Amino acid sequence: MNEIEKKIRREFIHELISRHGTERTSLLPVLQEFQKKFGYIDGHSQQEIAFAMNIHPVEVNSIISFYSFLYDSPRGRNTVRICRNIVCDFHGSNEIAEAVSREFNLNSGQTSEDGKITLEITNCFGLCDKSPSMIVNENVYEKIDKDSALKILRGL
Amino acid sequence: MNNLFKKKDRKGPVLFSEYKPGSALLKAAGMSRDDILFEIKDSGLKGRGGAGFPTSVKWMLTASADSERKFIVCNADEGEPGTFKDRVLLTEYPELVLEGMIIAAYTIGAKEGIIYLRAEYSYIKEFLENKISELRKYNFLGKNIAGKDGFDFDIKIRLGSGSYVCGEETALIESLEGHRGEPRNKPPFPVNTGYLGCPTVVNNVETLASVPHIINKGGDWFHKFGTDKSTGSKLFSISGDCKYPGVYELPFGISIKDLLEISGAENTKAVQIGGASGLCFPESEFGRKLCFEEISTGGSVMIFDRSRDMLKVLKNFMEFFVEESCGQCTPCRIGNVRLLEGVKMIERNEYTFEYIEKLKELCGTMKIASKCGLGQSSPNPFISILENFKDEIFGKHLNHNYDEKGIKKSGISAASYS
Repeated sequence: MNEIEKKIRREFIHELISRHGTERTSLLPVLQEFQKKFGYIDGHSQQEIAFAMNIHPVEVNSIISFYSFLYDSPRGRNTVRICRNIVCDFHGSNEIAEAVSREFNLNSGQTSEDGKITLEITNCFGLCDKSPSMIVNENVYEKIDKDSALKILRGL
Repeated sequence: MNNLFKKKDRKGPVLFSEYKPGSALLKAAGMSRDDILFEIKDSGLKGRGGAGFPTSVKWMLTASADSERKFIVCNADEGEPGTFKDRVLLTEYPELVLEGMIIAAYTIGAKEGIIYLRAEYSYIKEFLENKISELRKYNFLGKNIAGKDGFDFDIKIRLGSGSYVCGEETALIESLEGHRGEPRNKPPFPVNTGYLGCPTVVNNVETLASVPHIINKGGDWFHKFGTDKSTGSKLFSISGDCKYPGVYELPFGISIKDLLEISGAENTKAVQIGGASGLCFPESEFGRKLCFEEISTGGSVMIFDRSRDMLKVLKNFMEFFVEESCGQCTPCRIGNVRLLEGVKMIERNEYTFEYIEKLKELCGTMKIASKCGLGQSSPNPFISILENFKDEIFGKHLNHNYDEKGIKKSGISAASYS
């Protein structure tokens, strides 16, 4: 990361903190909004956030490692979540996930080479009545199958 | 996507009955706090998350706590596998949830409310925020609400970050405070030491959504539905092998058999009630009733027909718990890993019944020694699936010491194992 990128992130962190305040309760909203803008929370920015909020950097890192929706490494431009709960599994989500893995040559948690998608095989996200289901970024797709899922992802 | 937010034609005795937005709020503003508490107590409303703690007691303890700052938190961290009733309430009946929160705030004297929305439901956030701004416009949120002097209250939404354990109320509070979502020791309970150390009521979405109806129609009316100890109705999230999966509002005390009929399930082998941390029932127990005194549940009903592999079901659940254990206490962190290992041993036919018996003992330890509900309830599927479907599981996965009939040297057959 070069100095300019660091500076952009630093400025955004200070903007976030002036909006949310430096109380500990603001830490998760700050991390969530930072991630929404930059995709992930890099080590340098973690330290910037920690210093600005007067928290030990290790604690910030420990928060990020605890929550499965916070990331400390680069992600694809689109996050694809496929449910792995047993109901979706019995309705074929496993085969869909495998097809996606093969097509984009990645496993769960990995990003495709072109940086287009990151695949997450996730626990139940409450769409069991419309299983198997998939969430791409914030768009919900119900009752998908192998073909429709691949079609959606190819069109991203 | 937009389809989710469209109000469906739903029918039910309480939550899905007709409601005029704002009516309960205006009625509550004309009542004294004691009257509201009395009405809630009269209704016998209990927490809908599954634990079933009386809502009136929670509110009363917080209302009587001596503190400048109090909070009402709406627990919308619906993470239990197979549950999606809160999604339906938040997208189709948001006015019930929000007004329930405002009435709760008035009753306990809270000025700040927080909705803890699970990250998986982030697509609902903007919709809810619009609803909240609407309420502000009508002076149902903000200062001197509904013209009542000194009744100030506002609601904000906080997103979770993908952690199942944060549905546990003290873990949820830890997460709100900006920490890892690790449950606290209880006592002290949130009703006197909650968010930021202030008295806090944490209520499930469905609990709060019941409140406006109780205020409008009275506790006696609510009491008419359900059983003696489980009053009112319950939302059941039905999914799996059935023709009509979805959310149904039915009175407490309904039997599993009736649920199967309503949802159009055929050839059913097993029903998992209460999500991954619940119990699995075989056909012989389909006559049992769903209510706090018999089978207590948060409303998740997963149906499996005769073609399904029950060991696969169990493995899926145990993988879930291994991933979602917060890792704070040893019985849960290590215990779930050991149970999953046991399931994999059965899968590979490399187990002994002595070891399975040891694992069942471990289940007992986890139930007693785990700090929160996660580790206390994660042994449930392990015990109930292995017990209720032992013929299928141990019959299919014969131990190498046994022949295909399950009988060998020792003369113990898989079928005689109990």
